[in-house]
Amino acid sequence: MDVTLRVWRQDGPNRPGAFEEYFAPGISSHASFLEMLDIVNDRLTLDNREPIAFEHDCREGICGACGMMINGQAHGPQQGTATCQLHMRKFRDGAVIIIEPWRAAGFPVLKDLVVDRSAFDRIVEAGGYITVDTGSAPDANLVPIAQEAAEASMDAAVCIGCGACVAACPNSAAQLFTAAKLAHLNLLPQGQAERYIRAEAMVDTMESFFGSCTNHAECEEACPKNISIDFIALLNRDYIKAKWRNGRLAAQR
Amino acid sequence: MATTEEAPTRRRYPWPIEFYRSAVGKKWVMALTGIALLGFVVAHMIGNLKVYFGPEDFNHYGEALRDLGGDLVPRTSLLWALRIGLLGAALLHVHAAYSLTYTNWKARGGRYRQRDYVAVTYASRSMRFTGTVVLFFIVFHLADLTWGTAPVAPDEFFRGDVYANLVASFERLPVAILYIVANLALGVHIYHGTWSLFQSLGYSHPRFNRWRKGLAAGLTAAIVLVNLSFPIAVQVGILEI
Ligand code: FES
Repeated sequence: MDVTLRVWRQDGPNRPGAFEEYFAPGISSHASFLEMLDIVNDRLTLDNREPIAFEHDCREGICGACGMMINGQAHGPQQGTATCQLHMRKFRDGAVIIIEPWRAAGFPVLKDLVVDRSAFDRIVEAGGYITVDTGSAPDANLVPIAQEAAEASMDAAVCIGCGACVAACPNSAAQLFTAAKLAHLNLLPQGQAERYIRAEAMVDTMESFFGSCTNHAECEEACPKNISIDFIALLNRDYIKAKWRNGRLAAQR
Repeated sequence: MATTEEAPTRRRYPWPIEFYRSAVGKKWVMALTGIALLGFVVAHMIGNLKVYFGPEDFNHYGEALRDLGGDLVPRTSLLWALRIGLLGAALLHVHAAYSLTYTNWKARGGRYRQRDYVAVTYASRSMRFTGTVVLFFIVFHLADLTWGTAPVAPDEFFRGDVYANLVASFERLPVAILYIVANLALGVHIYHGTWSLFQSLGYSHPRFNRWRKGLAAGLTAAIVLVNLSFPIAVQVGILEI
């Protein structure tokens, strides 16, 4: 099949960028979206032109590197998958495909389609840890965990940190990501010791980079892992408790 | 001389202030004040239905509001307490909205060339617009039927004769249209607000999320229909002096 790409090209951070058009004939409909970009890049390289920079790693939907805006939708038109799991058969022969990087002040563009997602690392650093005893490995299953809690925690832990939620949000809010990381630990017994320190630290860090949630629910649709905005409700609950408790604890010192 | 430096700790304010400083806290405040304002809208609407019982009943209702609390409190004191509470809620609601809007505009990183929204609704996207329309409408409405400020209020405005004031005001076609448009905006605002406030208050569960949409739609429909009925009833002559 033949497709026409309109791709955002930008030399580096804080440089002006623009769309460029590339005609890509003879692409197999079995190719994945990233394979299609590989083919286009091979051709560009042979032409002595700069290939399109995009991020990728696992190519099986588990690393979260490959996010991009495809025809106005995060990770493209297929619901519940990352860009690397999208195939060209999802597009019509002769389609025009617009490819853009994530756009949010918290995700500055590094080059072409690659953005700097380290704000997510800052959020995880702020509270994405638990306290464990050092020494010899503990026995397995020492801490009983209710099946429901384990399941709910896993539903949050599937987050791959791709940034689609921020990219899709009209407010560039990172609520779904932060809620998933928060819920992942806050729902488990192991996460209880730091539960409220975590809630306050992660949310405050998030707010220093990103916008605020106004409940559009657009992130839920964009999420390649179908994480529910119900976790954002949990974040809102834990955050108010955290402000209350942590304030009281601070007063006791 | 101190060799170790303490990490600078930010001064901690009392928790409601700490909480309100955060965006999540502002959304809590928007939800809570939204409930208060929504409660007012519903009570106001139900009270106004009295207009269909005729001038005597309706004017009596207006008087009764001033007598709230009966002989237990000074006359109009309870009404004023409610008014002040309502004004406070409205100010907080608007301040939080303004401040969050500013945060969100700063957080945006330029526009997409193409953006296909999937989940957003017209209501959720237009909250700032419908909210502003409602805000200006409230000022107009107060000038029209509470304060009787010329030239907004009808020439015949007479303090205390609420029935005649209402009919005289709505007999002016442009004013009737303004009320209809403003109440449609209010309905759109309430639709997203009612659904959204549960989420902001951390109250979300797959079991009753469908029920939330139904509640939002039902409440919106009831408020819009009843509120639109007043100017329409005057225009078609069901209500007259
Ligand atoms: S490349 Fe790893 S998720 Fe797509």
